[in-house]
Amino acid sequence: MRAVALRKVVTPTSPPHPAARREIPVQVRPRRAQAPEWVVSLIAWGAGIALFVLAWASIATFGGRIPDPVVVGKAAAKIFADPFYSKGPNDQGIGWNVLSSLKRVGIGFGLAALVGIPLGFVVGRFKFVSGMAAPIIALLKPVSPLAWLPIGLLIFKAANPAAIYVIFICSLWPMIVNTAVGVRQIPQDYLNVARVLNLSEWKVFTKILFPAVLPYMITGVRLSIGVAWLVIVAAEMLTGGVGIGFWVWDEWNNLKVEHIMIAIFTIGVVGLALEQALMLAARRFNYG
Amino acid sequence: MDKYLSIEAVGMSFGDSPILTGIDLAIRKGEFVTLIGHSGCGKSTLLNLVAGLLKPSAGTILLAGKHVDGPGPDRGVVFQNHSLLPWLTCLGNVHLAVERVFKDDVKKRTQAALELVGLAHASHKYPHQISGGMKQRVGIARALAIEPKVLLLDEPFGALDALTRATLQDELMRIVAKTGATVLMVTHDVDEAVLLSDRVVMMTNGPAARIGEVLEVPLERPRERLKLAHEARFMELRAEVLEFLYDKQAARGKNAAALKVA
Repeated sequence: MRAVALRKVVTPTSPPHPAARREIPVQVRPRRAQAPEWVVSLIAWGAGIALFVLAWASIATFGGRIPDPVVVGKAAAKIFADPFYSKGPNDQGIGWNVLSSLKRVGIGFGLAALVGIPLGFVVGRFKFVSGMAAPIIALLKPVSPLAWLPIGLLIFKAANPAAIYVIFICSLWPMIVNTAVGVRQIPQDYLNVARVLNLSEWKVFTKILFPAVLPYMITGVRLSIGVAWLVIVAAEMLTGGVGIGFWVWDEWNNLKVEHIMIAIFTIGVVGLALEQALMLAARRFNYG
Repeated sequence: MDKYLSIEAVGMSFGDSPILTGIDLAIRKGEFVTLIGHSGCGKSTLLNLVAGLLKPSAGTILLAGKHVDGPGPDRGVVFQNHSLLPWLTCLGNVHLAVERVFKDDVKKRTQAALELVGLAHASHKYPHQISGGMKQRVGIARALAIEPKVLLLDEPFGALDALTRATLQDELMRIVAKTGATVLMVTHDVDEAVLLSDRVVMMTNGPAARIGEVLEVPLERPRERLKLAHEARFMELRAEVLEFLYDKQAARGKNAAALKVA
């Protein structure tokens, strides 16, 4: 989501209004050199951030309890100077917290891919299975993943696997649905090519089915990982232990609001990085 | 007449609606035959039956004495919309077909097929990087590379502009002359049919389409487009096909628009 928001800020680079352009030859004023597009983008980007910091600073000045950017900046410098310290399970550097959150997302998400992608192929390939899956997915998809947390705790009797399990559940649906859509969208032409050439099942899968479905799968992965990164913070607030979500809650208990602000930015940056990495992958597999 | 590809009393219906009835057609080795008819007459269905993508409701199809039962690499098919896999290069697309049929010299055969259609220089390009005409050439290379007994072309140039179509028609004549391929081609372009074929098979309107007339095209090969344009014999043959299509099998309603008479 953050990636999209940032993009929007950059859009003032669109061409000038046609009416404005037509006026230039009439007035014999010399045409001013246009700044290169990237410079305009950079200025817009900087202006957006400056405005944000300004708004934040004024809220901090007049609103009281919220720490201003300078305080947060100083605190951040201190925290990021030693992100990987460890003084027992309840006092670790922000690096460790982020990494353990990422680890949970990775495991839960990886398991969801292992289950969801093959399931998506089956659902997409067989109409009957698709009919079977439709009501279940329709019913369970809108459920907040956190509602599953008590069930996870009940089954696993521990916080860490329960959090992974919540990630698994929330990543599963987009993965199944998008893979299934991808399988259904394979053009008949490609399948005819396979039939005409009498390709082996393995070749059909590796050369036709898999590459044709891959862009859809990546979309599923992107949606899944976005949701997973949103959910992990909330899940960790509830389960405790080590993790960026837990850290936020811990700092709230310590009333270190500047650390919460730092956590918010950190979560945003990591989420943005995940999104961008997958966008890059999507572009790589987008066949013209 | 020796029958290389033999279509015997073939009928086809989808559910209750008959598409083709009593189709009898024998094609000699090395012969170029086109199927022409109004849209919806079932000419593509007939081609798909020979390709093995569909099974006939009645009758049999024999290729070199062997019963056609499902698709196989003894028939090379070129589809109307090229059907290249977009994630493979031109080379990869042809290679996929070659390695299915041949164990040895797969690389060499692939290269040779691309050279045959004049695309050796573009072999590492992806389909979206080349023009429509080039894509169709790769499709032809893919079909020919497996050295099929018969080449099946389903309106291969239908989606191309007139100039590109002419170039590819010439190219196809050259390739067929060089390889001695047996060809069955579906078209709705009268000039294309007369220019390329040894025989033009004209089909009646559906439903339950039949073979209406078969026209021999005794024009000498190699044929040259420009010379033929002024030749009375060519014009006569062309007129015969037109007469069949517009007089004897006048299209009903909007189907007429689908027929190209350049």
